[in-house]
Amino acid sequence: MVRLPLVLLFSAVLFSAGVYGVLARRNAVMVLMAIELMLNAVNVNLVAFATALRDVVGQVFALFVIAVAAAEVGIGLAIVILLYRTRESINVDEVNLLRW
Amino acid sequence: MPQPVDLHAIAPEAILGVTILVVLVVDAFLPARRRWLAMPLSMLGVLAALVATLTLLGQEREAFGGHLVVDRFAVTFKLFFLGVAIVVLALSLRYVREGRFYQGEYYFLLLTSFLGCLLMPSARDLLMLFIALELVSAPGFLMAAFRKGDVRSNEGGLKFFLIGVLSAAVMLYGMSLLYGLTGGRTGLAEIAGALRDLDPDHLLLADAAILFVVVGLAFKVSAFPFQFWAPDTYEGAPVPVAAFLAVASKAAGFAGLLQLMFVAFVDRHEFWVPIFAFLSIGTMTIGNLVALKQRQAVRLLAYSGIAQAGYMLLPFALVTDDPGSNQVAFSAAVAYIVIYGVMNLGAFAVVTAVARRSPQLLIEDFAGLGRVAPMLAVGMTLFMVSLAGAPPAGGFWAKVLIFRAAIERGGELGVWLAVAMLLNSVVSIYYYLLIPRQMLFREPERDEPLRTPAGVGAVVALATVAVLAIFVLPNPFARLAELAVLAGPSLGG
Repeated sequence: MVRLPLVLLFSAVLFSAGVYGVLARRNAVMVLMAIELMLNAVNVNLVAFATALRDVVGQVFALFVIAVAAAEVGIGLAIVILLYRTRESINVDEVNLLRW
Repeated sequence: MPQPVDLHAIAPEAILGVTILVVLVVDAFLPARRRWLAMPLSMLGVLAALVATLTLLGQEREAFGGHLVVDRFAVTFKLFFLGVAIVVLALSLRYVREGRFYQGEYYFLLLTSFLGCLLMPSARDLLMLFIALELVSAPGFLMAAFRKGDVRSNEGGLKFFLIGVLSAAVMLYGMSLLYGLTGGRTGLAEIAGALRDLDPDHLLLADAAILFVVVGLAFKVSAFPFQFWAPDTYEGAPVPVAAFLAVASKAAGFAGLLQLMFVAFVDRHEFWVPIFAFLSIGTMTIGNLVALKQRQAVRLLAYSGIAQAGYMLLPFALVTDDPGSNQVAFSAAVAYIVIYGVMNLGAFAVVTAVARRSPQLLIEDFAGLGRVAPMLAVGMTLFMVSLAGAPPAGGFWAKVLIFRAAIERGGELGVWLAVAMLLNSVVSIYYYLLIPRQMLFREPERDEPLRTPAGVGAVVALATVAVLAIFVLPNPFARLAELAVLAGPSLGG
């Protein structure tokens, strides 16, 4: 049995890694992966709490998060492909036509 | 043992859900010439959902074990969202048909977003709030990028998507912490109870979780410092979609925020009231200042929308221990959101009409509109005056309600907020009058007539009448907003 604080610490590290990835990565697909890391930190939290509290709602919540995350990756990749077709690049720094 | 579901309570959502599927299937079997029939079909579904919602007026129901609640607050917002849906559909018909978009998919996505809007005010649970919010946003990402050949639209869509998913992740992290801290509670009222009796050692973590949730939703309602995506996305998106994002999507975010703050987190108000004061003043100031130098009509409206979100955030900073005082703030916020919806939709309708002639939508493109299309010019002038908060328009009373709540209920902080709001309103008059000045006092560059589609003309006329009516008869309107609260979420209870 892993202790709850350890799991929470792990998920906090995972979440922070995701935030770092969003800020540091320049490739739109990598930014998307970093956001997935953040969502998985959420899932770890939910499942850990659900186990500790012997409550099923957290696990259901995690399932919903997984489903929504999958749908969003689908949408995200569609938009990235669209952008790649018109620009031949998916570097987020070059997404700069619109400013102020 | 399965519980019977209260079908009447979920009737509006069920009707809209069926319509969505019908639109998607029918579109596949229509010849290309007749694809536009998806719009009347969608309109029929929305009207049916509207009738179903009207039968729910004054009722208290719940379904799915209290996850979906129907009360005055929910019904008021549902009626508002369905009204917005009708308007956006009316604006879309010509625009989508002439723009060579995939019509069936467009109406499918639009209605799906509105389904999320309908669920939002009924959600009394973190999980439902999350699902409703995603249902509003996810089709929005695709619709924002719907002008496929235009790089601006692609970029706007990508920005909106990345920001939207990021904010959802941040909000979810806060929700997961709240779930654990409150001992497995997800209902909003239960969370309020659990936060009241929370172990003092855990208060810091609870505040952090609340902050995560607030930041996540602040992205959604385009509050400072998370506002930068909005102008880009609005400019890139098709104009009716921009209208949807500026009104329905933002109002849905506020419907969620109102319930979270006034019901679930109300006991921690000492922690988050300063945050909202900062958000409110920052949002209205940055929106107004950047709006001053805009040259494009949709971007102008986007920054105006950011400034308006600042005014809507103000009542959140007035929350105290006193439930009566909270109700005043709550109803001021609800009234402002609804009136903002009416005047902003009117403005977007005029922009949609002008977009047929000048797709660039520079402010100069409005020159001479007073001669070419007097009705549009009169309407637009009224909407702009209303957004600025000056008489004789409904926006005046919206501002007065918030102003009065701030002065009477907000104490010292409230007075400062009211002063900030007043100064901002004065600044905003300048840019709100840019478009009317072009329309009324400049000669048109080209003297070609502007033909307004019937749907768009009807929307402009309706919004004009509504804005005037709210100004002449504010009392029934204010009372409507109060009603929405009294029987709504038990504030501070």
